[in-house]
Amino acid sequence: MISRIPLRDSLSTLAGARLDTDVVVTNMGASRVWPLIENHRLDFHFNPSTMGGAIPLAMGIALAQPQRQIIVISGDGSLLMSLGSLVSVAAAGCSNLSIVLLDNGIYDVTGGQKTAAVDAGVRFDETARSVGFESVAMFDDAASWQADAAGFLRAKGPGFCWLKVAPALSEDMMTQQEPMGVQIERLRTELER
Amino acid sequence: MIFTGEEIVAELSGLGITHAIWIPDACIGTWEWAFSASSDVQLIRICREGEAWPLAAGLTLGGKVPVVIMQTTGLFESGDALRNILFDLKIPVVSIIGARNWLNTESRDTARKFAEPVLQAWGVPYQLIANEHDKPRLTDFLRSCLDAGHAGVALLAE
Repeated sequence: MISRIPLRDSLSTLAGARLDTDVVVTNMGASRVWPLIENHRLDFHFNPSTMGGAIPLAMGIALAQPQRQIIVISGDGSLLMSLGSLVSVAAAGCSNLSIVLLDNGIYDVTGGQKTAAVDAGVRFDETARSVGFESVAMFDDAASWQADAAGFLRAKGPGFCWLKVAPALSEDMMTQQEPMGVQIERLRTELER
Repeated sequence: MIFTGEEIVAELSGLGITHAIWIPDACIGTWEWAFSASSDVQLIRICREGEAWPLAAGLTLGGKVPVVIMQTTGLFESGDALRNILFDLKIPVVSIIGARNWLNTESRDTARKFAEPVLQAWGVPYQLIANEHDKPRLTDFLRSCLDAGHAGVALLAE
């Protein structure tokens, strides 16, 4: 039996560790659960989105704003659609970018179908380490993640944290985000400060 | 190639472009040394064309002025990412797309055949640069897109 962190707990810990100046980019399932926990002017819920697009989008913000810490929360299904984006992040030397991978082994928003990575036995931490991420961690219990989350976010980047999480609660997946135009305008304004 | 590396970097630099996000092909790949030598335009290497559009969006949100550079095959591959960024997020990304085999009028390459129909289907404004005489159109077109705040593709014959 694989140990998994309840999804809300994993995100609550991240919200508690994030600094007021950090940008947080969410995507897919995370963009529906995060607003139930945190509502910050530097949050950007990248929906509607192309799966696999959140990491490149966050990378762009990180390159444009090197003085800021950028945190991107990606699901395992999304990462698998653009696994090469890890290489792009490392190659560009995005030392101010932290990727938090929520790995539940399934495509949550489409009903829970298993990803190919489960059968392949992918070690996402080893993948990130091998392409050059400076700080790599893996957590499958809430207490350890809570103890080390702030340290991970402040470690030399680019950082990659693999969280083994439980699927989202169905009622949590109904959250509606602010309209994209409103989010874009707010984030642009905040990033200009 | 219609533009040398020095020429294209000078044009992009003059437009205020800060980042060139690319996957090279055999033609536009000859520009690599010029980008690498530029202090004005930073070259960003990616692994798959679908990364380019959201990456450009992030740079734009952060106040930079990126250009996406890839071949028509990459344009086709990255269509959903383009759709999302240009039409859902409405972020005006400009690009230079190398039109594979455009200069080979006998070519039966489907990448050549579908280049313009795909752009027309997407409804993305584009400007074909088919020969040496069209060279000024690249800068004029990209400048008009940037000034107007809309997306645009400079379709560069190869």
